[in-house]
Amino acid sequence: MNFDFAEQSPKLMMLLWGLIAFAVVVGGLLVLLDAVPAFFARRREARLVAASASGAPLPGRSRSREGLFATFFLLPTILLLMIGLVVPALRTTLLSFMDGGSQNFVGLDNYRWMFADDAIVRVLLNTLIWVTLVPLVATSIGLLYAVLVDKARMEAVAKSLIFMPMAISFVGASIIWKFVYAYRGEGEEQIGLLNQIVVSLGGEPRQWLLDSPLNTLLLIVIMVWIQAGFAMVVLSAAIKAIPADIVEAARLDGVSPWQMFAQITLPSIRPALIVVVVTISIATLKVFDIVRTSTNGNYDTSVIANEMYNQAFRYGQNGQGSALAVFLFVLVVPIVIFQIRNIRQQRREG
Amino acid sequence: MTTTTPPVAAGTQDETPTTRASRVRKRLNSRTATLVAIVIAVVWTIPTFGLFVSSLRPENQIKTTGWWTFFRDPEFTLQNYQDVLFGQSSGSGQLANYFVNSLVITLPSVLFPLAFAAMAAYALAWINFRGRDWVYIAIFALQIVPLQMALVPLLSFFSRGVSLGGVTLMPAWNLDGAQNFAQVWFAHTCFALPFAVYLLHNFVSQLPGDLMEAARVDGATHPKIFRTIVLPLIAPALAAFGIFQFLWVWNDLLVALIFAGGSDVTAPLTVRLAELAGTRGNEWQRLTAGAFVSIVVPLIVFLSLQRYFVRGLLAGSVKG
Repeated sequence: MNFDFAEQSPKLMMLLWGLIAFAVVVGGLLVLLDAVPAFFARRREARLVAASASGAPLPGRSRSREGLFATFFLLPTILLLMIGLVVPALRTTLLSFMDGGSQNFVGLDNYRWMFADDAIVRVLLNTLIWVTLVPLVATSIGLLYAVLVDKARMEAVAKSLIFMPMAISFVGASIIWKFVYAYRGEGEEQIGLLNQIVVSLGGEPRQWLLDSPLNTLLLIVIMVWIQAGFAMVVLSAAIKAIPADIVEAARLDGVSPWQMFAQITLPSIRPALIVVVVTISIATLKVFDIVRTSTNGNYDTSVIANEMYNQAFRYGQNGQGSALAVFLFVLVVPIVIFQIRNIRQQRREG
Repeated sequence: MTTTTPPVAAGTQDETPTTRASRVRKRLNSRTATLVAIVIAVVWTIPTFGLFVSSLRPENQIKTTGWWTFFRDPEFTLQNYQDVLFGQSSGSGQLANYFVNSLVITLPSVLFPLAFAAMAAYALAWINFRGRDWVYIAIFALQIVPLQMALVPLLSFFSRGVSLGGVTLMPAWNLDGAQNFAQVWFAHTCFALPFAVYLLHNFVSQLPGDLMEAARVDGATHPKIFRTIVLPLIAPALAAFGIFQFLWVWNDLLVALIFAGGSDVTAPLTVRLAELAGTRGNEWQRLTAGAFVSIVVPLIVFLSLQRYFVRGLLAGSVKG
């Protein structure tokens, strides 16, 4: 046993400080908000009493107090968002036009570098493969599974099995799958499931994660494995929300299961389907942990988020890192606009 | 068929079996459906199961034979867990230490955004002030900013402070050792807020307006309404976001890498595991047990509170 509690005590002290800070900030804010208006209310009462005694017109209830309350309720959130998100995002945009040390303006050089450097073009291409395949495959599997287990026996258990990977960290998931892809030389006994299957089918074992472009696809499998559960849960809820009389009417007309799926289920869950695809697309664009844990971006597997981390935090190239971050943002925007337009369209139809 | 018949009965009675062939086909269809569902379920669980079985096998067996041979020749040990949690050597993992780090990072990173977002959501839903819609739209829109956009400047904010035209507006934080947790909490809180406000606002704004009106007429102030009426009513939503944020922070790698660093004082489990996977990729006895140590807490939270999690997921994604 080598677990020294004394070694942990500074951290636990820090946790205690954190919790105290939480109590003080949140509690203090609420108490302040309670005490201050109470004080004003007493003054107002006194003024009212004085006014009624002297026969002067009664003062109206001030609207500015609502504004005061709102300010205090929103203060922590707005302050933190400003410091932690808005200003940094603007600064990143600025940095993307500067050199690695953030000293001189270099114009569009960082963006030109992005599309000229072969390694980075490869990175962009990989991201494109990810963002095409993951939403498509994960949503399809999630939908298929949701339809299959709908109203089946033990539905809850069956759903939990697929949903469980959502609780597992990307790092944990990467280790789980790295073990599936593990390699032992030819003739040795395989310890990875995939190579074992290949060998027992008469093939040769392979170092899966070293072969480009197959390795990118194998990493995509990990992301699909995680995201299919999300798709399944949301789509399953949407399927259950289809009005029973529509399903019943179709059944009376004697449609086949396939027709039922294509003509009733699919159109009814279209809004949920779009939400799922959009959410998974955005998550996929930002994928970082899987690539970093599995291959560290080597063997032609890197993606934008991983390259951004490398440029900014390993090579000290703030300009190039920032340009990649901005590009990531630019890629998210059209997806979101697509979703907003869809929501608007639904509102108009509904 | 009359409309008064219960729909459940209708489903079973009305599948008029016209021909024998169609009946057989239908049964085949449902057979294939069950089979496909089982195949998917198996493919989805086998990798985790294999890792779990392996983590309980002795080192030399993990490295030389596949985990499926365990059932032919079961040999069971907890040595891997012992090693990876409490081992002496630097390569052993010492995960117990990182486990504490993960815990210290996670708790405040869940509590702060939860409280701040609940207050903001209440203000945006039930306090009348000018520009309310614009503030809400702005916070909502911030959801789409990838956190990659904030990393570089936020790190320099912590390490160098803020100065404008030579005037120091905010000194560097100059944290050291365990104090570094503060900047991880700060970063996680900031990044969580847009989604937290959006999710909680969905719930808070659907509370009945009459309730608020009645409380106002009785002379309750906003803080009082917030504490005594709104908070208890949105408890399920708070639970939903709490689980979300817990899973996100516990499983996060990127924010921890940048703001907690790799030191054994502050780095969480994920950072340590990623490091082990990189430098000791063939030490499967450590990786399997280590991965399970990191998975077990979120899995427990997830399985016991799945109901809330699903509700939050649906409110967050479908109501859009």
